[in-house]
Amino acid sequence: MTEPLIFERSVSGRRGYRLSPSDVPTCSITQLLPQDQRRTEVLPLPELSELDVVRHFTRISQLNFSVDTHCYPLGSCTMKYNPKLNDRVAAMPAFAWLHPFQPADQLQGILRLLYELEQLLCAITGMSAFTLQPAAGAQGELTGLKIIAAYHRRKRRRRSIILIPDSAHGTNPASAALAGFQVVQLKSGMDGLIDTQELRARLNSNVAALMLTNPNTLGLFERQIKSICALMHERDALVYMDGANMNALLGIARPGELGVDLLQLNLHKTFSTPHGGGGPGAGPVGVTRSLERFLPLPRVRRVGKRWVWTEHSEASIGRVHGFYGNIGVLIRAYIYIRTLGREGLSRAGCHAVVNANYLKKKLQDIFPVAFPQACMHEFVLSLKSLKAQGLTAWDVAKRLLDYGFYAPTVYFPLIVDEALMIEPTETESKETLDELAEALRKIACEAKEDPQLVSRAPHRMAVGRLDEVKAAREPDLRWNPASVPTAVAH
Amino acid sequence: MDYAPNTDAQIQEMLDVIGVSSFEELISSIVPEKLRQSNLDVPSGMSEQEILQWAEALGSGNRPVNQQISFLGAGAYDHLVPTVVDVLASRGEWLTPYTPYQAEASQGTLQAIYEFQTLICQLFQMDVANASLYDGASSAAEAVLVALRCRARTRVLVSETVHPHIRQVISTYLSQSEAVFQEIPAVNGLTDIEALDRASAEDVACVVLQQPNVFGCLEPMEQAGQLAHRMGGLFVACVYPISLGLLRPPGSFGADLAVAEGRCLGSPITYGGPGLGLFTATAELLRRLPGRLCGATVDHAGHRGYTLTLQTREQHIRRERATSNICTNEGWLALRATIFLSLLGSGGMKELALLNFEKAHYAYRRLLEIPWISAPFSQAFFNEFTLQYDAAIDSDKIQRVLAKANILSGLSLARWYPTMEKNFLWCVTERISKDAIDRLIETLKGFQG
Amino acid sequence: MQFPEELRYTTTHEWIKLQGTEAVVGITAHAQQELRDIVFIELPKVGTVVKQAAAVAVIESVKAAFDIYAPVSGTIKRVNEAVTGSPQRVNQDCYGVGWLFAIEPSDSQEFSRLLSVEAYRQKLQAETH
Repeated sequence: MTEPLIFERSVSGRRGYRLSPSDVPTCSITQLLPQDQRRTEVLPLPELSELDVVRHFTRISQLNFSVDTHCYPLGSCTMKYNPKLNDRVAAMPAFAWLHPFQPADQLQGILRLLYELEQLLCAITGMSAFTLQPAAGAQGELTGLKIIAAYHRRKRRRRSIILIPDSAHGTNPASAALAGFQVVQLKSGMDGLIDTQELRARLNSNVAALMLTNPNTLGLFERQIKSICALMHERDALVYMDGANMNALLGIARPGELGVDLLQLNLHKTFSTPHGGGGPGAGPVGVTRSLERFLPLPRVRRVGKRWVWTEHSEASIGRVHGFYGNIGVLIRAYIYIRTLGREGLSRAGCHAVVNANYLKKKLQDIFPVAFPQACMHEFVLSLKSLKAQGLTAWDVAKRLLDYGFYAPTVYFPLIVDEALMIEPTETESKETLDELAEALRKIACEAKEDPQLVSRAPHRMAVGRLDEVKAAREPDLRWNPASVPTAVAH
Repeated sequence: MDYAPNTDAQIQEMLDVIGVSSFEELISSIVPEKLRQSNLDVPSGMSEQEILQWAEALGSGNRPVNQQISFLGAGAYDHLVPTVVDVLASRGEWLTPYTPYQAEASQGTLQAIYEFQTLICQLFQMDVANASLYDGASSAAEAVLVALRCRARTRVLVSETVHPHIRQVISTYLSQSEAVFQEIPAVNGLTDIEALDRASAEDVACVVLQQPNVFGCLEPMEQAGQLAHRMGGLFVACVYPISLGLLRPPGSFGADLAVAEGRCLGSPITYGGPGLGLFTATAELLRRLPGRLCGATVDHAGHRGYTLTLQTREQHIRRERATSNICTNEGWLALRATIFLSLLGSGGMKELALLNFEKAHYAYRRLLEIPWISAPFSQAFFNEFTLQYDAAIDSDKIQRVLAKANILSGLSLARWYPTMEKNFLWCVTERISKDAIDRLIETLKGFQG
Repeated sequence: MQFPEELRYTTTHEWIKLQGTEAVVGITAHAQQELRDIVFIELPKVGTVVKQAAAVAVIESVKAAFDIYAPVSGTIKRVNEAVTGSPQRVNQDCYGVGWLFAIEPSDSQEFSRLLSVEAYRQKLQAETH
């Protein structure tokens, strides 16, 4: 069943929302607004009733898999349960209706919350200071890289290289390039970890920093992290940690104690804020004491019993957000941390690791695990054996949808052939993990007995497998009144 | 309180399957003992009831704008949020999926993005819109980056009348690069077009203007766009979506790239974030766009469906050569904007813009009745305008008097423009009633310097 | 898989054919097959001066983007506009209608450094083992 586009439901003259009538004397637009500033064409938006809109967006919502409806074992995305309580607090008028330019005496509650969140993130990561401004992980990376550049510039030198392992998330090299650095890729060792020989070989006086992910995208903990950091620090190069996988370290290890100089956290992953079908997220950046002065402005400070913004620090890299960051997301993360507390956070990290290792154990007889050692919060399977049946990891992902599971991450990390990357998170029960393992076992059988069943999956979704080639060759990115709809499914 | 469902007995069962006797045994095989942390210095957890009490307590330290009469704007506007938007958007199917990488299990999100892209194109009269960026400021910065790459030039001309925060973010994004960030001065509340003309150079990649500008004034966008094009650069326009029910859309005045802060389309201010970065462009720039794009296609049976497309521009494929590093965007706010625009429709958006315009002009006229208030500029405006107090007036005292009457005065522009002491930026949206404006005037009339 | 005898090849899977004063360039059957469905092609501007082994064009499939390198140095004389309009032509006929661009070589010595069909076949074999 599919749903027409909202534009196809439009009826000329229909209204869906009644505004208050104007209570001020009418004024002459022709006098007050010059002709050349006025919109002359009719605004071509659709016209619907409130019920039209409610039905439309309710119906199409039901075409989605989501954490609230399905297990969502998407590797590197930490699709854990998003507590409703967090949404409730963020929607409280006392938080939702604050204006960024209100005087500080009207904002003591939110400023205190932001200040405490920074303190909590410091306690969890072992870093000395945080900025809450970056709107997502990638913007956090960019902020971190600008800080790295500022650090070296302060020492009156220009260093142009960022070392990044080949297993890294694509945002790492993209952020480094955006920040004006040259990326040098590090080939991972046979064990999937950073190869310290390779690192030494690539390290020179032009290297500004190493950007690593820990645990890495294979779900493996960098056991040599301390010596890696020491190696970098010997050259006065910095270590940036992509904290996207921080969920695995909760209560287990603190990046600040491992020698990391700066990191970003993805609050929409580790701290359970909802992904919203693509965002918003929040990507606070934590730094050591010596890098604090480079953080973006403004920063929230406590002065006696008051909380205020400070706007000045001559070493700051500047502003990265239009205002103070994604406050609605920060509130949710704060509430999450306060709800779980010390014990709950540690339990989350511990259960995430147990869930992943349990599922890995149950699956490793079905599909080989890319790296056999015990993992942290996620692991990667290689489905290259399916090539014999003419199948790919992508086919298995699509078939899994038919079994009521969102697909794991496919074809990432790039260093594993036919990768299927699975992150169950701590909020999935053993029963669900058993069902997921069973579904993959059945698909492995289907692949042998009836490969077409798998290669043509999914069969039970609102639409069959979509033609991505057509979408890319003939980009159709917006509805046009002239475009004739193709056959509508039922 | 935590949300991990497995019981101690289940965990033990799972550890047995893994082949270890305890979690300690498992974790010590992964993280060497000497790297483990000692304790977690975080307070103990709380129950829902305790959390709500604590949130109420924290919230009582805030004074939200919906409990007062607020004339604050300057990039964050207090507009209506229809109940339908809140109720629909809070469905778990909208709030809790990830980016729609598996198209067949994400048709809801994808169809909504396709509708969003269309609605934004309609509102802006531009050819293409992406699935959103972080906020208006980073959208402006990304637009500048598109222009720099596309023109293979280095100079960026930004009017001083662009919101200072937007200029600051562009400047942060450009630091470390070869790009030259040059500001064009203002005259009489508008971009100095002659100065812009004089700044013409062979290396200009783009010209950036804001409409209405930071003083509320309406800029000669068409003229600025023509100048930008004559220099061989692109024209980047930062616009205000609510105004587009009444004002010329960027596609009609020659913008190559038009961006905006879209939070005002159905989302609360939430202290300035999350925002909603709207990003639109002409068709020629399609392959240069940052961020996600959703396209319509068909499945094997020929049924219409939607999928993310042209992904080779993005970081997960192009890595260091991607058009941007953006991954997570502001999808949920884009959904809210989609519902908002569908609900208000053509007539509603026009009426809303008109309401803002009329109320602001009423307030403007009334404020000028005060003998010590004058208008420093005489430009046309939409719902925001700049007024000046006489030099002898103690503006701090006025703020206090207004605060006592539960009124948040316009914003002092001196914080950004030191020469504009006693200049205040007043914003009047549809949320302000005539009574509220009259009360403001009464309070100011009663003010004895 | 077909690899015409009369062509020269590169290790990056381009082919090149000398025709009078210009050399026509395309991608090999192997590259075409690896790429699967080609959805977008960006060609250089006519008149661009290119160096041997420099990235001059881009070919994209749905989930990957590949650079096309100039097999020899020279000036771009012609580009095949037909493939930018319908990139599937490269999948259908990579040695014929799916050619990409023509270069006027500036250094005839460079041809000697290109691979013969045997050398290219050997390279492919080595890659798959």
